[in-house]
Amino acid sequence: MSLVRRVWPPSRRPSIGSPLQILLLCCSFALAGYAGVRLFAGDRFGVALWFVGAALLHDLVLLPLYAAADRAVLRGLGAVRHRAWVPYVRVPAFFSGLLLLVWFPLIGGRVDARYRSVAALSADGFLARWLLITAVLFGGSALLLAGRPLLRNATKRRSPDVH
Amino acid sequence: MRDLAPRLPSSPGFWRSPLRGPWFTSVLGLVLLVGITVLFVTGLLSYAAYNPDLSPVNDKTPDKGVLGFYLFAWPTGPPWLYRLTQGVHVTLGLVLIPVLLAKLWSVVPRLFTLPPARSLAHALERISLLLLVGGALFEFVTGVLNIQLDYVFPGSFYPLHFYGAWVFFAAFVAHAVLKAPAALRNVRRMRAGDVREPDDGLRSPRPDAPTVSRRGALWTVGGASLLLFATSAGRSFDGAARATALLAPHGGAEPGSGPNGFQVNKTAAYAGVHAAETREDAWRLVVVGRTGTVRLSRADLLRLPLHGAALPIACVEGWSTSDQRWRGVRLRDLAALVGFDGDPPDVLVESLQRRGAFRRGALRANQVADPRSLLALYVNGETLSPDHGYPARIIVPAAPGVLNTKWVARMTFGGLG
Repeated sequence: MSLVRRVWPPSRRPSIGSPLQILLLCCSFALAGYAGVRLFAGDRFGVALWFVGAALLHDLVLLPLYAAADRAVLRGLGAVRHRAWVPYVRVPAFFSGLLLLVWFPLIGGRVDARYRSVAALSADGFLARWLLITAVLFGGSALLLAGRPLLRNATKRRSPDVH
Repeated sequence: MRDLAPRLPSSPGFWRSPLRGPWFTSVLGLVLLVGITVLFVTGLLSYAAYNPDLSPVNDKTPDKGVLGFYLFAWPTGPPWLYRLTQGVHVTLGLVLIPVLLAKLWSVVPRLFTLPPARSLAHALERISLLLLVGGALFEFVTGVLNIQLDYVFPGSFYPLHFYGAWVFFAAFVAHAVLKAPAALRNVRRMRAGDVREPDDGLRSPRPDAPTVSRRGALWTVGGASLLLFATSAGRSFDGAARATALLAPHGGAEPGSGPNGFQVNKTAAYAGVHAAETREDAWRLVVVGRTGTVRLSRADLLRLPLHGAALPIACVEGWSTSDQRWRGVRLRDLAALVGFDGDPPDVLVESLQRRGAFRRGALRANQVADPRSLLALYVNGETLSPDHGYPARIIVPAAPGVLNTKWVARMTFGGLG
């Protein structure tokens, strides 16, 4: 036995892993399969495209895109020696982008006609409201950035009493 | 130095953010563990609220099999029950989006890890992760699109979101069992002030200089959740609160003013209900029961005892209204007209509407028997408007909006099963 073990380097030994984990995952696959058969009962190809496509689109498109945008902000502000401004750009951009990501059908006017005929509501205001929220986010951020020296002075003046 | 930089995402050195690591992932994971569990439970409750086992007309997933094991007779009290469970389901789902995105960002290096599998168990776990990530995104995307009436998904929302939820939840439970103990351990150690963060392959071996603290990043994610909450939660209320829901459907302004000015699910025009069919001389309510068929005009209905009930409208899309003051004939009084005196049965309600998945809806005996369940003729002191169901509509406490059938044409008591 010990001889066999020595002959097989650990990396090449066929590995099974935790049997408990395998059991748990098989259990999970069985349930997923039971529901999956029903999920795929209709438009098989469409559902598969959406299920796998959602993961691929997120991992291979959305995430690299926003990571690249973030790097561009970092590099751009680094180049003009204002790296400290990074959070003041990053946070409002993230918030505004997130709102657009979630509400793009209403903001972009894709569902304008249906929204009006189904709910008797106008979808006109969504783009304007998103732009206004974006303006408030960046404006607030700019105010905080501009107010930073004042805040720092105030803390400096107060700090001797505190300590 | 540049030559040494790993160019492939499968190399740990490719990932440079100093934020990534077990602590960041663990905190987000535990938030999702609680949040998604609540989403799943409120989602199952929403399915039960439709009483799908009562009649095929209520069930959009008739081949559910054992997945409907938990179904029960949906109660009529408290009257805000569905308003609460579905409001929580949709609003919490929106609030969790930034947490989900941050969690997926924090573990993305794992997607590219080589070798693809260290063991059989590891290989299975990675397959399971496809169901987990694909399932989570599928559920969030279909939900977010559905509440915006953007029906681009491949099929009807109900089966996609229901069966998709079970596929996702199967992978979610396995993931939680495998990872939650370590996540709890990590967070406990972090809170105890232990600075030695364990290495689980997420920490970058050559991190960039930090541009935000881990605490700062978590606050940013929390802030994004708060922003989504602040711009959508108001749509579960009327007036000033609804006006704060700046970006959510059925947020902002009310569709009209006056007693009938509150939110509309489907307009009469959209449902294909024409004024010619609802006119006083044209419209008759047909009530069928044990003793035969009764035809009633709106004037006949007004001669029956009228009762009031203050009840909300709560939609599966997550929006709801405050209590509206309805006035009309009790459903159990209508049952008594056709031979069910004192023992109201289930009822099948049919609408004049030509479009919509719930042109017909079934109500259970407990819903018919409730004294607040009405065939409403007035709302807030005024005759129902066409968009709110003139000449007559159902209103039942705690029932999902679509089962409060509008433009009622026919009610068949008993004989559902």
